[in-house]
Amino acid sequence: MARRVAICAAAQIRNEANIWYQRFQGMLLECFESLVDQTGLTFDMETGVRNVVTCSDDVFDARTISDNGMTDVVGAHYRGEEKMAQDGLNGLGYAMAAIMSGHDDLVLLLGHCKESQSESRHMCTNLAFEPFFTRPLGLDFLSAGGLQARAYMTRAGLTEDHLAEVVVRSRRLAAANPFARENAAVTHQAVAASPLLADPLRELHYYPVTDWAVGMLLCCEERAHEFTDKPVWLTGFGSSMDSYYLGERDLAFSTALQQASQRAFKMAGGVDARDVGLFELNDAAAYQMPLWAEGVGLVPPGDGARWLDADGPDRHQVNRSGGMLNGNPLMLGGLARALEAFYQLRGEAGDRQVDGLERALAHGTTGPAGQHHAVLIMEN
Amino acid sequence: MQSDFDTSDCYTIEGKLALPYTYFAGRVGSRFITTLRDQHKIMGVRCAACDTVFVPPRQTCERCLGDLTDSWCEVGSRGRVVNFTVVRYPDRHLPRPVPFVLAMILLEGADTPIVHLLEGIPPEQVAVDMAVEAVFAETTTNTIRDIDHFKPCDA
Ligand SMILES: [Zn+2]
Repeated sequence: MARRVAICAAAQIRNEANIWYQRFQGMLLECFESLVDQTGLTFDMETGVRNVVTCSDDVFDARTISDNGMTDVVGAHYRGEEKMAQDGLNGLGYAMAAIMSGHDDLVLLLGHCKESQSESRHMCTNLAFEPFFTRPLGLDFLSAGGLQARAYMTRAGLTEDHLAEVVVRSRRLAAANPFARENAAVTHQAVAASPLLADPLRELHYYPVTDWAVGMLLCCEERAHEFTDKPVWLTGFGSSMDSYYLGERDLAFSTALQQASQRAFKMAGGVDARDVGLFELNDAAAYQMPLWAEGVGLVPPGDGARWLDADGPDRHQVNRSGGMLNGNPLMLGGLARALEAFYQLRGEAGDRQVDGLERALAHGTTGPAGQHHAVLIMEN
Repeated sequence: MQSDFDTSDCYTIEGKLALPYTYFAGRVGSRFITTLRDQHKIMGVRCAACDTVFVPPRQTCERCLGDLTDSWCEVGSRGRVVNFTVVRYPDRHLPRPVPFVLAMILLEGADTPIVHLLEGIPPEQVAVDMAVEAVFAETTTNTIRDIDHFKPCDA
């Protein structure tokens, strides 16, 4: 029987538009020192941290092997250190597997991304496209999002009003989170009047440029009490990869997310979306919140507009944090979702706390228009 | 930024990643590109097992895992728009001044639409289902842009 795994502590810096005054190493060091302070963890080779998982992206960092510039500040010297270059939620799943398998008792997880560092994050994501058939057309995650937005809005009957409501709600909820990116509150009219970027996507339909760093300490059940009296258990994880080319996918319904969810639900003991009290979905754009809600099985396929009209996001506690839409950097949108679920399951979510919560779902996606999906089930 | 953050001795430097590469297109990709370049024909591959014609072509069907290396079939240079976006944010990696249209085009005989530029029509008049045809480039780039763009045509 595999061992149970818990997140015992978490730390973050505030999401900001431009942390020009700190290197990413410094951003991580703040998270690292907070974790040490919170838990008293050591780097003793017998009882302390021997394995570190980091999450970062070469192109956003403008250096390859982007982990090797900060292994010292995350305590990885002479220890196992491995890097996840997909959304950080996969790093969490990887750290979970390391403990479940008995490879180690403790894993330190750290992630960072400074979107502001490059002149254009769209130039970064253009490099996710291969050089013969797609990159020369200028495709990037924003224009791929525009294509997916049209496909999904047509299928599910979503209107501009629906998107505006998702954005206004995101900004309102995020204002209750002291670590959320500070954004101006917006009205429906302001969303509808914001400039079109990639029709039908407008500027305010898309997450803003954000810098952030985060850390977590994971531990096996037997030793979790050494670090916390409020462990949050990781009970299910699943991932699934869709086709590479946009034309080979159904952009309006994510079978990959459906499969990732089903794998996570099965591992968590055969639960389903009805058993989940909080959903944190990786919505880089407003249309993705209902699209991913369909993918995880919360909403029947194609019912996204009806679900929004019926106050589904509030009734089902979806993205109480404001979601990625309020501002988390790419590569960490899913890990930010798990962090929010962690605080909620500990009863530490302040003004955004959901009462009586027992189980949450965190979702992360990597690649244009949601190519890869990961789903994590968390319980208290 | 925290209001008390000390920014003395904080400065930034400019940098750039600019690294020339030579990419191998793969055997299947090479044949697609040379056929497009030299004969103005758009080629796909057909997986007999799932009866799917893939454009761009691929060596292996990721669903059936069958080898498609010799399963070539020509698809039309005409097709219809199944989806589109209008790119309106200027940026260095873009192939055209904005605004321009990126459309997903299902070519005659293909099962997977390709993304390409759609020109010769104001962006606000582009509609799903409209018929379009390829306009081949006069100079080669040895990429999908040996089709310069697609333009509207009679259905
Ligand atoms: Zn096949």
